[in-house]
Amino acid sequence: MLIEYLPIAILLVISTGLAALIVWIGNTFGPRRPTLRKSLPYESGMNPIGPGTRRMPVRFYLVAVLFILFDIEVVFFLPWAIVFRQLGLFGLIEMFVFIFILLVGYVYAWKKGALEWE
Amino acid sequence: MNVQDLYAISPLIVLVTWATLLILVDVYIIRDRNGGTPILAALGLLVAMGFAIAQTGQQYTAFNGMAVVDGFAIFLQVLFLGSGLVGIALAYNYLQRMGIERSEYYILLLYSISGMMLMAIAADLIVVFLALELLSIPLYVLAGFGRPKVEPEEAALKYFLLGAFAGGFVVYGIALAFGATATTSLAGIVQAVNAGSANLTLLSIGAALILIGLGFKVAAVPFHMWTPDVYQGAPSAVTAFMSVGAKAGGFAALLRVFVSALPELAADLSPVLWVLAALTMILGNVVAIAQGNIKRLLAYSSIAHAGYILMALVVFGNTQVSSDAVAAALFYLVAYAVTSFGAWAVVIALEKAEQKGLALDDYAGLGRKYPGLAAAMAVFMLSFTGVPPTLGFVGKLYLFRTVLEGGFIWLAVIGVLTSLVSAYYYLRIVVIMYMRDGDPQVHAEPWLRLTAGVTAVATVVLSLYAGPLFAWASQAVLKLF
Repeated sequence: MLIEYLPIAILLVISTGLAALIVWIGNTFGPRRPTLRKSLPYESGMNPIGPGTRRMPVRFYLVAVLFILFDIEVVFFLPWAIVFRQLGLFGLIEMFVFIFILLVGYVYAWKKGALEWE
Repeated sequence: MNVQDLYAISPLIVLVTWATLLILVDVYIIRDRNGGTPILAALGLLVAMGFAIAQTGQQYTAFNGMAVVDGFAIFLQVLFLGSGLVGIALAYNYLQRMGIERSEYYILLLYSISGMMLMAIAADLIVVFLALELLSIPLYVLAGFGRPKVEPEEAALKYFLLGAFAGGFVVYGIALAFGATATTSLAGIVQAVNAGSANLTLLSIGAALILIGLGFKVAAVPFHMWTPDVYQGAPSAVTAFMSVGAKAGGFAALLRVFVSALPELAADLSPVLWVLAALTMILGNVVAIAQGNIKRLLAYSSIAHAGYILMALVVFGNTQVSSDAVAAALFYLVAYAVTSFGAWAVVIALEKAEQKGLALDDYAGLGRKYPGLAAAMAVFMLSFTGVPPTLGFVGKLYLFRTVLEGGFIWLAVIGVLTSLVSAYYYLRIVVIMYMRDGDPQVHAEPWLRLTAGVTAVATVVLSLYAGPLFAWASQAVLKLF
């Protein structure tokens, strides 16, 4: 049983070992001449400005939460669409109920000003 | 799906539809003028209650055994809807006074109650989990309703994280139960156990995990850590609703799952429940003595009362006593709900902004200045302690009786002794109210006075007619299969 997995284990050991070996060789025998320009973070040739963790307006999080909310709800359409024919009229009505509830949430977010940027 | 399936969940459909439409009504018609929303929400609760009561005396399963309508379900649904009505009454002026008047409170309340009602009719572990989430998620939001202040936000985050954590336990327990019996239906689990095809060890572990998860919800020791902080930080009206509704919802699931599906595991799980109940009673009552804040005191008191109700669950495997135990637990839930709502109404009357007016010393002189309110508070404290003639006394009487019938004499002894301990801190409030001089500031709004008055009268009068109420609870036992 487990012996069938032996080739995979060997593959894992060899590939990990080879990768480690290459990194080790480069690290040990390669020449090192650091300059300021070389040790900068690579930013497509531009000089980096400011720290990497910048402060973001909190509004982005609200938009992100709304996006995740509605995005995940929409995922439920896919399985429904696949078995749409088997479900028939019942499935259609259920989906209308679902969309209605979703719409109420959307209207609520809109009316409460969650979509306004300023 | 047929018409009877829809009829089974008709109170639920009414409530959820009402809440969803209330969002639209609130956003488009009422807008900022609050006042319409609470009344409409209360109306929705009453209509749903009508649909629930209309099913009295019926017993059937719906949705291929996913849901069940029986006396237990109807009893609890009426209790949940009633506690929603009180939750609205307590919040009506309080939210305005605290400057957190938002109509979302009432809508979230309705959604949370719909989760509790689903819990009452759940006959499948998946539905139990669904109901648990539907019950909890609006409560997480409600706990942080006093934002933007530090305490409510801390309460909401703590409640959310621990609630999600507990939800994970429940799901894992359900998965193991499914692994052991190849079904999630409660009836199916019983069949699998009787047929001998279930892996009982795995099922025990699954049941224990479900117990842990629901133990968080009902605040049983050692899963109670969140309770004092959340109860203190959340707005008092939310805390009052949470301490009754969420607890009753958790016990609905515990009673339904353990009594109807898992009596075969009693040999393994009864001792565990024994220890949980004893620890909860002892720790809740002993730690409450040290509290100087009324909200924390009532939080520990609610932990202690969860311990008393857990006593009824200890005998779940004994089929001769278990139906009595369920009735006693339901009766105690009603007694606890009535008393607790009354006590919270008094707390809300004395509370001021910025977490002021919550120290026990703020109750000094209440007896002289507001004799009615003080008398009501005294009744609630006596009922919490279990002194006749109050509902709390009758409730404890029934609980201790079933525990003795089940043969757990030492547990009953612990229950009686911890009740004696609790007398110390409950009566201390009465002493402070009547014996000390002070100048309490009270916002005696009509709805608060009505709630305190009605619950105080109910606490005394219902205890004199406890027989019919207990008979009603006895009819409400689980008739699953």
